[in-house]
Amino acid sequence: MFDLERWQEIFDTIRKNKLRTFLTGLSVASGIFILVILLGFGQGMRNGIAHEFEEDSATSVWVWPGVTSKEFKGLNPGRSIQLKNENYASSLALFGDEIEYKSPRVFVRNVTVNYGKEALVYGIQGVSYDFQFIENAKMSEGRFLNYQDEVNTAKVAIIGNKIKHDVFKDVETPLGEYINISGVLFKIVGIYSEREDREEERIYIPVTTAQRVFNGGDRINNMSYTMPMMENFDEAVVQAIAFKENLQAHLQKVHTVSPEDTGAIQVWSALEEAKRYYSLTGNIKFFFWFVGICTIIAGVVGVSNIMLIVVKERTREIGIRKALGAKPWSIVGMILHESIFVTAISGFAGLIFSMGLLEIVGPYIEVDYILNPSVNFNVAISTVFVLIFAGAVAGFFPAWRAASIHTIDALRDE
Amino acid sequence: MIEIKDLHKSYKMGSNVLHVLKGINFTVEEGELVAIMGSSGSGKSTLLNILGMLDVADSGEYTLDGVPIKNLNETKAANYRNKFLGFVFQSFNLINYKSALENVALPLYYQKVPRKERQERALKYLDQVGLKEWANHLPSELSGGQNQRVAIARAMASEPKVLLADEPTGALDSTTSYEVMDLIQKINDQGNTILVVTHEDDIAHMCKRIVYLKDGVIVEDKKVKQVRASAHV
Repeated sequence: MFDLERWQEIFDTIRKNKLRTFLTGLSVASGIFILVILLGFGQGMRNGIAHEFEEDSATSVWVWPGVTSKEFKGLNPGRSIQLKNENYASSLALFGDEIEYKSPRVFVRNVTVNYGKEALVYGIQGVSYDFQFIENAKMSEGRFLNYQDEVNTAKVAIIGNKIKHDVFKDVETPLGEYINISGVLFKIVGIYSEREDREEERIYIPVTTAQRVFNGGDRINNMSYTMPMMENFDEAVVQAIAFKENLQAHLQKVHTVSPEDTGAIQVWSALEEAKRYYSLTGNIKFFFWFVGICTIIAGVVGVSNIMLIVVKERTREIGIRKALGAKPWSIVGMILHESIFVTAISGFAGLIFSMGLLEIVGPYIEVDYILNPSVNFNVAISTVFVLIFAGAVAGFFPAWRAASIHTIDALRDE
Repeated sequence: MIEIKDLHKSYKMGSNVLHVLKGINFTVEEGELVAIMGSSGSGKSTLLNILGMLDVADSGEYTLDGVPIKNLNETKAANYRNKFLGFVFQSFNLINYKSALENVALPLYYQKVPRKERQERALKYLDQVGLKEWANHLPSELSGGQNQRVAIARAMASEPKVLLADEPTGALDSTTSYEVMDLIQKINDQGNTILVVTHEDDIAHMCKRIVYLKDGVIVEDKKVKQVRASAHV
């Protein structure tokens, strides 16, 4: 390997057989290139799907009341279910240990919102101070609602970044400004940003204020929770589903809803949804690997094919070399050395080129469900080594056969 | 230099056994220039191949420069060839992607001579065959006679004990043949032992001794008065 003379001999051969070397290299490089790009996009899809779920906390569980569709205990179907504060309180009492963040939500309807003379048409939602974490909202200015706001039914509001840009163009910051909600003044204390614009078109006020000031009574529109994230995804899913089912059963019981009537009280778990996508991406990943490995096999077959032709083409040369005193092993060594060198260089070239492409172009890819395609470097580099090894093994047998042909027969080869 | 006793060789051709060499006894002293003559099928090339360790005899003894040549495997044969023998072939057998200089330097590579020294020595031998100016040309850019001279330079570069030439002029016209023979005679004048296989009478008479082969046995072995090739050039 470190025989300088042999390197020189190999470089001579390569220099003088550029086309052959180039074609061998190309088949290897393209094999690696395709594999890396495929794996990159497989990862990109996983990233993209994971990203879609980042909008809300990955472990969130949401409760939406609906309308009963089954007769149960003498009650007719078609009954609307209305969640109450006591439902929220009892859910916390029962499942508080499993929950990380929780918040009820009240949609404030039939109100007018004004800032100065301007009428605002944004949804107003009464939420608890944990809601920020459930929605994954980032505070860009000021603060979110806090416990004091909730206890004191404070007249404070949090607005989305988009509202700030749409309405509060003339002031330096909306913080400290007042908006008028049906005659009641609310002070803006925070601005949040979200990934999507439409989620920034909301005004949050404390849930207690929403109920007390705007005749909400003890009614709430939905409830949301998050569970602590666990290391193990599968365990987290199992836990989330258990929680979801227990919560649903509990609410069905207190609202006298048939256990089969899942539409009356809908409970939705982000993790459960995520799991579906994850198993889908798992399948996609498997498929990409399969295609990638087939590509690599094609590459290996290509390399060994070329090696076969190379050896055939060089039979006479091998005979000459042997007549001049080359030992069989030195012939095998020379051919393998050359093929390993060419596959290694072109394999790494394909690797660098494809990874460079992913690095440079990847972040600009704006397709739904594909985000920042990238590939695990270790995986890619081991593929290169597998290819080199396979190429060496595939090249060994023709090389060995060529070296063991009788010199006299090799010399007669035309 | 070369000593052969009762050499036999046969080839299997399907169900037939072709007995090519039927007991050859023959010695060559140092500094001789021997022509091996015979019609095609007489076994002269087979004899040369066995002498060159490119082929193995079925039975008999072969001693080269005092070394008994037996139990050859490829590695051992390669070693002996590199150390003892230089080959000149009818079809030159140059490596077509290597320049004249690189071709001549190749046996030295297998003797593990350093690159720089290889090039110097190769150039020296190319100069001896009068092709110094053509050192960087590929075989395809040279004429047949020039190619054979490159091949002779290559055979000489490893400084062998014996030079084996298998129909060295077979692919050349007569003028070029005499040039090549002139070169071979000059190399012989320097004291090198040379064996030439040929079926051309005039080429054979440019050697110092002619061995006639017929049907696998030596029928005549005579010393001749050497005809200098330079007279014809």
